[in-house]
Amino acid sequence: MKVSYYPGCSLHGTAKEYGQSVVTVSRALGIELEEIEDWSCCGATSAHSTNFKLSVALPARDLIAAETKAQDVMVPCAACFNRFKTAEHHLRHDPALKAQIEEIVGGRYQGSVEVRNPIDIIVKDIGLETLAAKVVRKLEGLKPVSYYGCLLLRPPEVCRFDDTENPVLLDRILETLGAEVRPWSFKTDCCGGSLTISKTAIVVQMVDRLMAMAREAGANCLVTACPVCMANLDMRSSGGAGLPVFYFTELAALAMGEEGPEGWFKLHRTDPRPLLKGLGLL
Amino acid sequence: MKTFLEEVNERIDGVPLQRCYHCRKCTAGCPTAFAMEHNPNRIIKMIQMGRRAEVLGSATIWLCVSCETCITRCPNEVDIARMMDALRQMAIETGVGAKEKNILKFHEAFLSNIRIGGRINEPTMMVQYKLKSGDLFSDMAMGIDMFLKGKLALVSPRTKDMKAVRRIFEKTRQS
Repeated sequence: MKVSYYPGCSLHGTAKEYGQSVVTVSRALGIELEEIEDWSCCGATSAHSTNFKLSVALPARDLIAAETKAQDVMVPCAACFNRFKTAEHHLRHDPALKAQIEEIVGGRYQGSVEVRNPIDIIVKDIGLETLAAKVVRKLEGLKPVSYYGCLLLRPPEVCRFDDTENPVLLDRILETLGAEVRPWSFKTDCCGGSLTISKTAIVVQMVDRLMAMAREAGANCLVTACPVCMANLDMRSSGGAGLPVFYFTELAALAMGEEGPEGWFKLHRTDPRPLLKGLGLL
Repeated sequence: MKTFLEEVNERIDGVPLQRCYHCRKCTAGCPTAFAMEHNPNRIIKMIQMGRRAEVLGSATIWLCVSCETCITRCPNEVDIARMMDALRQMAIETGVGAKEKNILKFHEAFLSNIRIGGRINEPTMMVQYKLKSGDLFSDMAMGIDMFLKGKLALVSPRTKDMKAVRRIFEKTRQS
C-alpha cells in the first residue's frame, strides 16, 4: 500500500532511530512512503498552549498539502498525530473556523485524507499474519510493557485509535514479534511531555513512577511509539536507573532480521544492548 | 460586560463549565495535580466564582500537560484541557503573563524556531530557550551525549516555502 508520510521534526533529530526504523519496517512490510511535499512543523504543545488558531493552521497547511494525493497520511510521532487529528476534528466540525483557517493558510481543505499512525496501519491494513510471516527471530525472553502514553488515544472521539483505558494494538504487535508482553495499568499514564525542559523535577517524578510500575509488572523494557515519551523515559529516570526503552519499530525490524537495529540502539541514553545480548537477540 | 465564566465558556466552545458537579474525577486522574496549587476542578469552581486574577495568575494553568485524561473521563464532557489552553491564552493576551515563566519561555522559543525554519531544529531551539530563560547549564551532559550521537544536528531540513509559514504566523498573531 502507498501512504503519504509526515515524519515531523524530531524524526530527523532526537528521534532519528524512530524515523529510520519506521522507514525500514515500512519497506519490509510493503508500505510505500511518500513524504508530504515541503511540510512544516505541527506546532506541538507550544502552539495549542498559546494560540488556538495557530495550532489549527499549522497542521492544516500540511493536511492541505497531503490532499494532493488520495491516500492515508502516516504520522508516526504521537505528538504530531494528535495535533493533526485535532486540527482535522476542528476543520470538519466548525465551518466558520474552517473558512478562517483556509484564508490564513491560503488553500482549500477538503477533508479527503485520513490521518493514521503506523500501529493502526500495521494491525488493520497490513495484518498481524503478514507481520508474523516476516518474523525470523522471535523476541523470546523480552518482557516489555507497552506504553501508549496520551497523544495516540486522547481525546477518544478525536483520535479514534484504540480503547482509551486499555489499548491493545501495540500489545498485539509485540506479541506477534514473539515478546512476552506484561500486563500493567500504566499504559496510558502521562510521562510529563514538554515540561521535561522547563520543569524537569516534575517529569523525573512521573518517569520514576512509571519505571517502578514497569518493574513491578515484571517487565525488562518499555515500548513506545512517541518521541516525547521516549525522550522522557529514556533520559529522565533518576540516577539513570531506568529500564531500556524501545520504539516498537526498532523491535519489529530486529525481529524481521532487518539491518539497522544495533546502530539505533547505540543512540539510546539507556543502552538496551546488554539486555538484548543477554537474551541472545543481538 | 461578560463575566469571567461567560468569557471562558465562549472560548471553550463546548459544554459550559456550569455542567461540572465537582465529582473530582478530573483531579483524580490528573498526572500533574500533585504539583498544582489548585486542582483542576477547583479551577472550574474559581471560574464560576469569577476569581479571574487568581486563576489567570496561577501556576496550575501552566502545569497542565494537555494529556487530555480529564476530558476523556469527565461524566459531563467538560473540556478541561481546552479550558486550560483558553486560560493560558487569556493570561498572555491580558498581559498577566505566566506564573511559571520558563514554561511560557519554552513555548515562545519553540514557536520562534518554527518561524525561522518552518521546522524545529532542536539544538538551536534549545539555545533560544536557554537565552530566554537564563537557565544556561541544565542538561549540559545530556546535550553533549546527544550531540556526540549525532542527534543534535545544527543543520536539519527546513521548509522551503517560508513565505507561507510566516504568513500563518502573521495572520494568527494576537493583538
